[in-house]
Amino acid sequence: MRRITRIATVGIASTALALSVTACGSDSSSGSGSDDNGGKAAIAYDIGGRGDQSFNDAAYAGLVEAEEELDVQGTEAEPSEGEGDPDKVQRLTTLARAGNNPVIGVGFAYAPAIAEVAPKFPDTTFGLIDDTSKTGPNIANLVFNEEQGSYLAGVAAAKVTESDTVGFIGGVETPLIKKFEAGFVQGVKDTNKDVNVKVQYLTQPPDFGGFSKPDLGKAAAQGQLDAGADVIYAAAGLAGAGAIEATANAGKWAIGVDSDQYEQEGLAAYKERILTSVTKNVSGAVFNLIKSVQDGDPQNGEIRYGLEDDGVALSLSNPAFTEMTDVIEAVDKAKADIIAGRITVKTAP
Amino acid sequence: MKKFDKDRLLLGLAGPVLALVVAFLLTSVVLLLSGLSAIEPYELMFQQLEFTDIQVLIINQTGIYYLAALAVAVGFRMNLFNIGVDGQYRLAVMLAAVVGAAVDLPGPLHILLIVLVAMFVGAMWAGIAGVLKTTRGVSEVVSTIMLNAIATSLIAWMILPANLGQQPPGSNQLNTGEIPESGWFPGLQLDGGEIYGFTFVAFALGIVYWFTLNRTRFGFDLRATGASQSAAQASGVDAKRMVLTAMLISGAVAGLAGMPMLLGQTHTYSLSFPVGVGFVGITIALLGRNNPVGIFFASLLVAFLDKTAEGLDLAGYPKEIAQIMQGLIVIAVVVSYELVRQYGLRRQQQKVGEELAAQARKNKEVAAA
Repeated sequence: MRRITRIATVGIASTALALSVTACGSDSSSGSGSDDNGGKAAIAYDIGGRGDQSFNDAAYAGLVEAEEELDVQGTEAEPSEGEGDPDKVQRLTTLARAGNNPVIGVGFAYAPAIAEVAPKFPDTTFGLIDDTSKTGPNIANLVFNEEQGSYLAGVAAAKVTESDTVGFIGGVETPLIKKFEAGFVQGVKDTNKDVNVKVQYLTQPPDFGGFSKPDLGKAAAQGQLDAGADVIYAAAGLAGAGAIEATANAGKWAIGVDSDQYEQEGLAAYKERILTSVTKNVSGAVFNLIKSVQDGDPQNGEIRYGLEDDGVALSLSNPAFTEMTDVIEAVDKAKADIIAGRITVKTAP
Repeated sequence: MKKFDKDRLLLGLAGPVLALVVAFLLTSVVLLLSGLSAIEPYELMFQQLEFTDIQVLIINQTGIYYLAALAVAVGFRMNLFNIGVDGQYRLAVMLAAVVGAAVDLPGPLHILLIVLVAMFVGAMWAGIAGVLKTTRGVSEVVSTIMLNAIATSLIAWMILPANLGQQPPGSNQLNTGEIPESGWFPGLQLDGGEIYGFTFVAFALGIVYWFTLNRTRFGFDLRATGASQSAAQASGVDAKRMVLTAMLISGAVAGLAGMPMLLGQTHTYSLSFPVGVGFVGITIALLGRNNPVGIFFASLLVAFLDKTAEGLDLAGYPKEIAQIMQGLIVIAVVVSYELVRQYGLRRQQQKVGEELAAQARKNKEVAAA
């Protein structure tokens, strides 16, 4: 009996604790709405969070730049695995309530949450990257013409290939990544319609491992190399690093994405084989939005970044690429044609 | 008799309590090892509770977890390990959203239709595993895991704009279209936000679960088959039919797990609909010992960990602390239940031994006299 009592005591004590945890009834409304309009900016990340070597890291780079140049205090918030809209609403509300301005949602998944939170904080500017479906007087929609940059990559790939086979690897089959595919395939076909494009996606939503697992990218690239591809364009976040590794080891050409992957330390061993990268200036977009708020003239509505302002571009850091004058010529011509409107790039395959 | 019940209750409570305390201590060790304060994170999490919007978030999440855990618990009672709750939940909520957006009925009927579709789809998906088990002897653990993966691919295909989904203009999202307002389940409006109406349905289902299992012939058959299939068969229960029925019920309840969110919040199924709910349900069913009240508190606890961890992030603590704690709870639960079970067995043996000894003494006295 003695032992039972001891267990019982511990049990009751901890139950009481658990109850005081769970059955708390205080309803003190939170209201620390400090509206000092100076020097605080926040970004809320998409799946993967910081450290994905790609999309989220680019947003972070923009925040860091703002911290250094504009002397703002930056805050970051990461999502949880498998969360829903209410969690995002909660996150944005907390960030806005803490006096951050602007509050930037990195990724289209934040659209419904921003539409709900923005009207409650009319003096705060909300940035929404990759989505224009939700708009408002204090919402800035930061979007990119990814398909245009990918088109140029397609032109380069079609010019460089010797086997007349090139590959496209998409991380997760979402409409956003399909924009990359559409532009790339069109660029290849417009340049040389005899070139065969192999298209492969790593995972299907809601499995977003295709953006984070390099082994998947490596296996997919290996398969395309075996099928004769000699230029492979991977739009797959961190998983793209695996594709670059496999392609470089086979002595073929890889095309990077989002950041200039030729310059990335983590990929230094393969840089010689990274022909070029389709860059997406997320960091610049984040920085510009923060700056506009600091300057007292916040951006709002659709802010589109395209080829003309280098919002998307083809990087020229690999000397091996810039030496291919005929390729560069073709790319420059395509770029001029797109800017002038002579070529319209499709946004869906 | 009464005394025996008290012992049993205490032993029943000791398992989860021991597990929680151990998980708590181990989490503190992890915190200390990473050079962080072992106390402040908990304080921060408790502070979060003061915000009304966090309270509402916790209650809503509790309802969702409660349904998922009930689905798992129905299987557990029958000795079936339905790991496929997550797949059943996703497939059910997706198809229910499609049907809900396609029709326009008067309020209650519209909601009823959506709910029935969700239950039907969940039951059918789980039923595949049930049929495989009863006809071919395939372990439901393997088949439900594989069905999860198949559900993922199926949903990915169905949500394409060419099939059942659509892409809102200007968005990179895919969804199944918005359900008309008649299909929205009214909620309870509070300071901190809205408590989904379906949350109350979820808790009511806990009562139904308790009643069905403990007060009906069917529930008795189910528990008997779970305890010993051959014994149940010998006493006239069709064990195969029970396996299939339990799987169907488990799947139907899993289908309901998506309803609070669908009917109360998003009104559409999109790429960012929450995933993983079914797996959390397994943790909760284990922790709550398949008991409707236990599951409720376990859901509340996990929802609390989930929702208050967000505040840690902003205070500079990694919010993965909450995930570490959930993982530790699962391990601790398994270990502590076994310990408590063995202790209970030993106690029982002791007791029986004492009674026998007393009986023997009595007999001796009688013989001597």
